[in-house]
Amino acid sequence: MSATATPARAGLAQRLSNYLYVRPRAMLALLLALPLLWFLVVYIGSLATLMVQSFFHLDDFTGQVVRQFSLSSYAQLLTRANLDIIQRTAGMAAAVTLSAALLGFPLAYFMARYASGRARALLYLSITLPLWSSYLVKVYSWKLILAKEGMVSWLINVLQLNAALDWLLGLPGIGGPSLSISLIGIYLVFLYVWLPYMVLPVATALERVPKSLIEASGDLGGRPGVTFRRIILPLAFPGVVAGSIFTFSLTLGDFIVPSVMGNSSYFIGQAVLAHQGTSGNIPLAAAMTTIPMLIMGAYLYAARRLGAFDAL
Amino acid sequence: MSATGPLPAIRFENVHRHFGEVKAVDGVTLDVMDGEFFTFLGPSGSGKTTCLRMVAGFDRPTAGRIFLHGDDVSQLPPYERDVNTVFQDYALFPHMTVGENVAYGLTVRKAPKEQRQRRVEEMLELVRLPGLGKRKPSQLSGGQRQRVALARALILRPRVLLLDEPLGALDLKLRQEMQVELKALQEQVGITFVYVTHDQEEALTMSDRLAVFNHGRIEQIGAPADIYESPATEFVAGFVGISNLVRGDMARAILGVESTFSVRPEKIHILGPDAPIESGMDSVRGRIEDVIYLGMYTRYEVALEGGSRLTVAQQNLATSSMDVHTARGREVRLVWEKVHSRKLDGPA
Repeated sequence: MSATATPARAGLAQRLSNYLYVRPRAMLALLLALPLLWFLVVYIGSLATLMVQSFFHLDDFTGQVVRQFSLSSYAQLLTRANLDIIQRTAGMAAAVTLSAALLGFPLAYFMARYASGRARALLYLSITLPLWSSYLVKVYSWKLILAKEGMVSWLINVLQLNAALDWLLGLPGIGGPSLSISLIGIYLVFLYVWLPYMVLPVATALERVPKSLIEASGDLGGRPGVTFRRIILPLAFPGVVAGSIFTFSLTLGDFIVPSVMGNSSYFIGQAVLAHQGTSGNIPLAAAMTTIPMLIMGAYLYAARRLGAFDAL
Repeated sequence: MSATGPLPAIRFENVHRHFGEVKAVDGVTLDVMDGEFFTFLGPSGSGKTTCLRMVAGFDRPTAGRIFLHGDDVSQLPPYERDVNTVFQDYALFPHMTVGENVAYGLTVRKAPKEQRQRRVEEMLELVRLPGLGKRKPSQLSGGQRQRVALARALILRPRVLLLDEPLGALDLKLRQEMQVELKALQEQVGITFVYVTHDQEEALTMSDRLAVFNHGRIEQIGAPADIYESPATEFVAGFVGISNLVRGDMARAILGVESTFSVRPEKIHILGPDAPIESGMDSVRGRIEDVIYLGMYTRYEVALEGGSRLTVAQQNLATSSMDVHTARGREVRLVWEKVHSRKLDGPA
């Protein structure tokens, strides 16, 4: 009798497993095929189409898109009205990002360094809780909260701070008839809806700073302020940048909050919506879409130059 | 404080540190003299690291007081204390170069730039890493990081340097080299070193004196030879080196009195079963049950007539592995000098 161990006829699944086990590249190709296909066709593809569209222009007489290379859509961006929109949107994005960082950092710091076990889990839960409900519901709820007859007005009335509120709403540019129809209102709602996107990456970054580094700084004579400035902040900065990428780009592209809370002054998102929908000016809408991309590109470049990713 | 003699570099006065129900440090009193290489030795959870952290200021005593050169520092933050620490994980700042890491203590004190640069070079020279100041810590090997951590801790010329298992992450060969180097460095800079380790060999090699910790208390303080040759408690006998513990009837049969004692394996000689017993010797009969050949020496497990066992270590001066294995099963008489029977305090 032959005693050689001829393997019993292996099943197809087993043969496939063995085949892939010894060929890691084939395995990788199989794993990545679908996501890569998605990425190339749906993501890069649509982006490329968008860019191409932005170089077409609308014939003023026929209202038809002329499929020829031209920079006229970009030229239109430089009109007073469109520059206002870009400036308003970018300013709002910057204000929301800065405020989210200032509000989020201490919270994230507490979550990462002091809260333990249950408290930390509870905090993470409450930070992410707003993300569980519909975005539209949240925005409309804020509309009610901030309305003239709403909770906030009532509270301000109780605290007898009406004069302060009136003064705030009377400020040129950011004021309005009530909190629910003003740039201040838009700012508050943006800050509310995007804050989790700042807190979470910052908390993660802070958690990754070993406690011994903080002790070492104190050991070498660094007072808490010095330790924060020289050790904690630089090491957590990539987290702040990650968070600010979220808050900044989400604000740049949003059209719902400004249309619910705002007045007639547009944000980029609303302008894009209007151009591609109502007026059918797809090239201008496409050109306008490149603005947030350019701003984000410039922002990331600046962050890199500031050394935001050095500690990665 | 005692009025006589120089002030100790570090004094613990009945120090306790409790974490809720857990008594991590449970009444520690000790003096570390100026310029001493002093080791806290003990298993994990014995309180040695907590004691070190209380000297550094990362932790504060629940009760009791800690003095540095006569000043009560029990409630001072780390940045107010004239001690520096070498951390177990080195704790080098990853976003700074080696030079910036070493300079950190001077930077936060706003020392002038030329002075900083000069001192950094001196320090890197001292730890034998000259010219590496521009590198990032991530570009260094474990041994090099260790040296950077040392240089960083020494740049402020502290009067006391604390080392928290600094060699734990290094491989055996490098660890032995660093042991010798650390000891030499300590003699060179002439300051007090307090060294925490769970490695008894390391403690015996490097220390002027050591304290053996167990369950938050100190079992014994002494010079390495004292600790090894005259362990005060069962725990010390068992933790520092290999030891034979003999108790009860067996102890009475050997010593004539019932008192637990320890005897080190290398002190015991193996003789023929009927060899005469000289005066001044303790002795017992047994049978070799197991032989473990370890190259430099051989370990014999000997079953005694009363039922307990003794481990005996003998250098392989002329014997080979072939010879030693024929010893298995042989009837023998074990003898050792009476002075090597160390009576111990009862179980703690």
